[in-house]
Amino acid sequence: MLRNQYDTDITTFSPQGRIHQIEYASEAVKQGSAVVGARSGTHAVLACVKRSVSDLASHQRKIFELDTHVGVAVSGIIADARVLSKFMRNECLQHRFAYESAVPVGRLVRHVADYCQRCTQRASKRPFGVGLLVAGVDELGPHLFETCPSGDEYELWAMALGARSQSAKTYLERHLEEVKQAKRDELIRLALAALRETFAAVRDAELTEHNCMVAVVGIEEPFRVYEDAQVAGFLEAIRPAPEPEGGSATGAPSASEERMEDTS
Amino acid sequence: MDRPLSHSSFLPPLFSSAPHPLSPPHSVPHPSAAPSVNAAERPARWSPYQDNGGTVVALAGRDYAIVAADTRFSVSFSIPTREFTKITQLTDRVVLASAGMGADRQYLHKMLHTRLAMYRHQHQRDMSLPAAAQMLSNTLYSRRFFPIYAFNVLGGIDSATGEGFVYGYDAIGSHEQLKVVCSGSGQAIVQPVLDQQFSGRQRYSVPDAERAPSLTLEQATALVRDAFASATERDIHTGDALEMWQITAAGVRQTRYELRKD
Repeated sequence: MLRNQYDTDITTFSPQGRIHQIEYASEAVKQGSAVVGARSGTHAVLACVKRSVSDLASHQRKIFELDTHVGVAVSGIIADARVLSKFMRNECLQHRFAYESAVPVGRLVRHVADYCQRCTQRASKRPFGVGLLVAGVDELGPHLFETCPSGDEYELWAMALGARSQSAKTYLERHLEEVKQAKRDELIRLALAALRETFAAVRDAELTEHNCMVAVVGIEEPFRVYEDAQVAGFLEAIRPAPEPEGGSATGAPSASEERMEDTS
Repeated sequence: MDRPLSHSSFLPPLFSSAPHPLSPPHSVPHPSAAPSVNAAERPARWSPYQDNGGTVVALAGRDYAIVAADTRFSVSFSIPTREFTKITQLTDRVVLASAGMGADRQYLHKMLHTRLAMYRHQHQRDMSLPAAAQMLSNTLYSRRFFPIYAFNVLGGIDSATGEGFVYGYDAIGSHEQLKVVCSGSGQAIVQPVLDQQFSGRQRYSVPDAERAPSLTLEQATALVRDAFASATERDIHTGDALEMWQITAAGVRQTRYELRKD
C-alpha cells in the first residue's frame, strides 16, 4: 500500500522535491524508544529508555561507547545502529593511529553522516533507519550532535529522539538555560527528568533503574555508561517531593515517607 | 579496514632476484679470496632494516611477572637518544617489550593497541594473556615475507589462575610460553646469567624439578638489575637506564634504574 506514487525508489524525487524513502526511514527513528541528550559548558549526557521485546528477553543496548571521549545513543533499527557504531569506532581508531589524538567530535559526526548519505543515493541500497545522538568532548569542549537517516547532522544543546520524544523536547526547551549552565549532576537530573516526560502519557509504566541507561562524558571525565544499580542514584535526584495529601505518583513509598519526615 | 592498518601494500615482490632483505647491504668477501674486479662495481644495497640495539628481559614467578628493558637507542656506534622506551602496557595484566628496530617496534605497538581497543569494544572486556600472546604471534606472522624487525618478550598474569607467565618470540611470530626469556643485543650476555640464577640449569646434582629456586618478586627484581648491569658492561648497545615493570594482582608498577652511560 503506497502512500503516494513517488515513493517506490530511493532515487526518485517527488514533484514537491522530496525523497519519500528517506522520510520513511526517519519514521523508523520515531519508532525506537526514547533517547535524550543534553550538554552544558562542561559535560554532555545521554539518557535512554531500554526496551525489551518480551519479559523473557534482555534489554536492547542503546548507548555505545565509541572511544574514551565520545559515545552515541541510538533510536531506530538497532542492527543498523550497530553497523554505524562499528564504523565510528573504526574511524576513532584510524584517527588515533594516524594522529595520536582523539578525533574531534564534529569530524566523526561528519564522517558518519556522509556514510549515511551514501546509502541514500544508490538504487541498490536503503538508508540507515537510525538516528544518532553523539555526545563527546574534544579541544573545543563538550558537544552534542544529532544525525538523521538522510545524512543531515546538527549540533545542539539538547535533543530527544524516539517514541513520545516531543514531551521530552518540550521539557528541554523550557529548561534550556538551566541545561546550558548545568554542572554534572544537574545535567544528569535534567536529562532524566526530560526522559521521564516520555512516560507521562503511558499508563502503568515509569522510569526505573531497570529500564533506563545513562552515559556521561566531560572535560576531565572519560565516556562512561551507567546501568541498573548505578542509575538508581541518579533517579533518586528526580524523585519528586511528595504531595501534601499523600504519597507521590512515582517512587517507592519508603522514599517518600523519608521525605515527609524531613519536611514535617 | 583499509588505509594504515592494511598489510597488502607491504608485500615486496616475491620472486625478485635481489638478496633477502635481512642480508647485509653489501657482501663481505672471505679473507682468503683474491680481490675481485667486480667487488668495487657492486653497489651497497639499501636495507629497510636498522638494528637499534638494546636488551629486553621478561621473567615470571608464581604470582608475578617482570618485564624489563634498557632505554638506549643506537645506530651502529652512535646514540641518537638515551631515552627511548621499548616497553608498552597492553592491558592491566600484560606488558610487552620489543628489541630490534625502533620504527618497527613503534608501529607494532600501535597496531597492537588498536587491535586491543577493537577487542575491548567487541567483547566488553580486556584480552587475556594467552589471547594477547597469540594475537602478537598472528600479527608477526601476517608479515611473514617482510618481517617486523622486533624481537618481543611478553609478560603478564594469567587472569584465570593468577600465575605469572612470559612468552618469547622470533621476528615472524614463533612463540613459546616460558618462565624466563631474553632478547636483543645483550641476549648472549644475559641468557647465561638467567639460566644459572633463575632456572638453576647448572645444578646437575639436583633433580630437575627442584633446580629452579623459587624467587620472590624482590629477589627477581634484584636479579634482573644484575643481569642488566652485566649486559651494560659488555654490550655497547645496552645501557643508559633500565625500565622495570612489575605485574602483580595489584596491578602494574613501573620503576626506573640508572645504568652506565658508556
